[in-house]
Amino acid sequence: MSDSHGHLTRVAAERWRLALLLTALMTAIYVGFILLVAYNKPLLGTILMPGLSVGIVLGVLVIITAWVLILIYVRWTNTHYDHRVADVRRARQEGR
Amino acid sequence: MQTGETNVVAIAGFSLFIGLSLVITWFAARRTRSTEHFYAAGRSITAFQNGLALAGDYMSAASFLGIAGLVATSGFDGLIYSIGFLVGWPVVVCLIAEPLRNLGKFTFTDVVAFRLRQAPVRVAAATGSLAVVAFYLIAQMVGAGNLITLLFGLRYETAVVIVGVVMLAYVLFGGMIATTWVQIVKAVLLLTGAFLLAMLVLLKFSFNPLALFAEATRQYGEGVLAPGRFISNSVDGISLGLALMFGTAGLPHILMRFYTVPDARTARVSVAYATAAIGTFYLLTFILGFGAMVLVGQDPIRKIDAGGNMAAPLLAQAVGGQAFLGFISAVAFATILAVVAGLTLAGAAALSHDIYVHVFRHGRASEKEELRVARGATIGLALLAIVLGIAFKGQNVAYMVGLAFAIAASANFPALVMSMFWKGFTTRGAQASILIGTASTLVLIYMSATIQMDVLKHTKEQWEAGWAYFPYRNPGLFTIPLSFITGIVVSLLAPEPAAQEGFARLEHQIHVGEEEPV
Repeated sequence: MSDSHGHLTRVAAERWRLALLLTALMTAIYVGFILLVAYNKPLLGTILMPGLSVGIVLGVLVIITAWVLILIYVRWTNTHYDHRVADVRRARQEGR
Repeated sequence: MQTGETNVVAIAGFSLFIGLSLVITWFAARRTRSTEHFYAAGRSITAFQNGLALAGDYMSAASFLGIAGLVATSGFDGLIYSIGFLVGWPVVVCLIAEPLRNLGKFTFTDVVAFRLRQAPVRVAAATGSLAVVAFYLIAQMVGAGNLITLLFGLRYETAVVIVGVVMLAYVLFGGMIATTWVQIVKAVLLLTGAFLLAMLVLLKFSFNPLALFAEATRQYGEGVLAPGRFISNSVDGISLGLALMFGTAGLPHILMRFYTVPDARTARVSVAYATAAIGTFYLLTFILGFGAMVLVGQDPIRKIDAGGNMAAPLLAQAVGGQAFLGFISAVAFATILAVVAGLTLAGAAALSHDIYVHVFRHGRASEKEELRVARGATIGLALLAIVLGIAFKGQNVAYMVGLAFAIAASANFPALVMSMFWKGFTTRGAQASILIGTASTLVLIYMSATIQMDVLKHTKEQWEAGWAYFPYRNPGLFTIPLSFITGIVVSLLAPEPAAQEGFARLEHQIHVGEEEPV
């Protein structure tokens, strides 16, 4: 019981680390983007080629980043985290 | 376009969608016997289905009508909404979705109240939820009213009443099962409609979005691709951005969806499907908005509706004629109806499950009784939606939804996060954080130009000289930190040993869910 509890604590800590890291990354990227919107309008308005400004490119990149971060999280939890929580749950039930 | 010209395809589309959804409701009603069915669709929804339903719940009139309108009238600044509406989702999947499914039963309040004293926390959280639901409803009703007026020449007020009544039928009889399937049908319709519309626009620019954007700069100047037209104030831009990002994780009708799936893994995977759909849709809004700017023109859009909300339907008419206008309008109508149903269900759950059952009956109400109260609450909320929809005529719907997000981010999100991550969080802390978050957001919205100048019609001088003067349109930057600080300070002032003891159980259940009875 105490062993499975320790095991769960380790898995849990790993999941929170990844979750907080990804959340922090998304927040930093997005806040960076809106700070540029707020304080560096000329940069975002720079036209790279006809019809394409830096702002549009960064905006699309922010959307793609959100996708990538979600995929990273879902892939990791589906392949690693779920199995280990299942192990813990089995161990607990056998222990009872 | 003539306002009030009757559009046969639109009427056929409206009738088809309403007919189809009533059939769904009829089937769902036969299966809705318990609260588990009414609020959580019997927890039988698959990841893919829930992904589409989440997308359906999330892509409201604000996304389709509001953002297209803002991009068409203000260029790049409208895209700040498109982007902001998506970046909340990584937060939802990483921090909220799984704990919510593992800890709660029907509402996000179940999580906040998990190890705290039930009654006080539930009253506070239900208040926060209802404030969000009310503002969100306003936006949807305004969108629906405009749309039906434009198409059928019905009075705006009549249109709002029709939406209220049809939505009431779904929720009242079909509960979450019907609402979920209505969301799924609507999400597929909306994605198809937006995709077809974007393709018809791009057809005119040899499928090169850049040629479309370049044409926009040729007609309206390079400023349309740069920030600054709609959000002139830097603080306002940041405030709106934060509200959009953290608001998603505090929307009661979105959070409620995670209870309709069998387990945490399904909840997580459904977010991946949802964001694939939502992100694609927001990328399409870039094309729809600039398409309307170029092919319809800014002045005609503003002439039909000052808020710009009719840009997408007008664009459909410009590229596809009356029939396509009818189709797109029917899609927009379906969008609104479905979101209104989801919101009402979340509001009814807050009133019945959180307030009636846990506060008045101390958790001892029978299922039959709870179901009856939930249905009564649904009727009350439908009436409220109709009244609010009529009162707020003429606002941009994306902007109104931005305010609902500010309330969600300030009232619900901080308490939800602190209850899951901080052992020292207390009942009083949760109460204070939610109530101060809700109240401060509402007061600052009341003091902003939106209410003082647009709704109450004060002049700029009167507004600036009065006590009710708050220079920013979105209060999120101030109210989100205020809510966190309030929760922390109040919790530190009076520790609650019982709540700390419950934290180990919470930490365990967050990961493994409820233990199956042996």
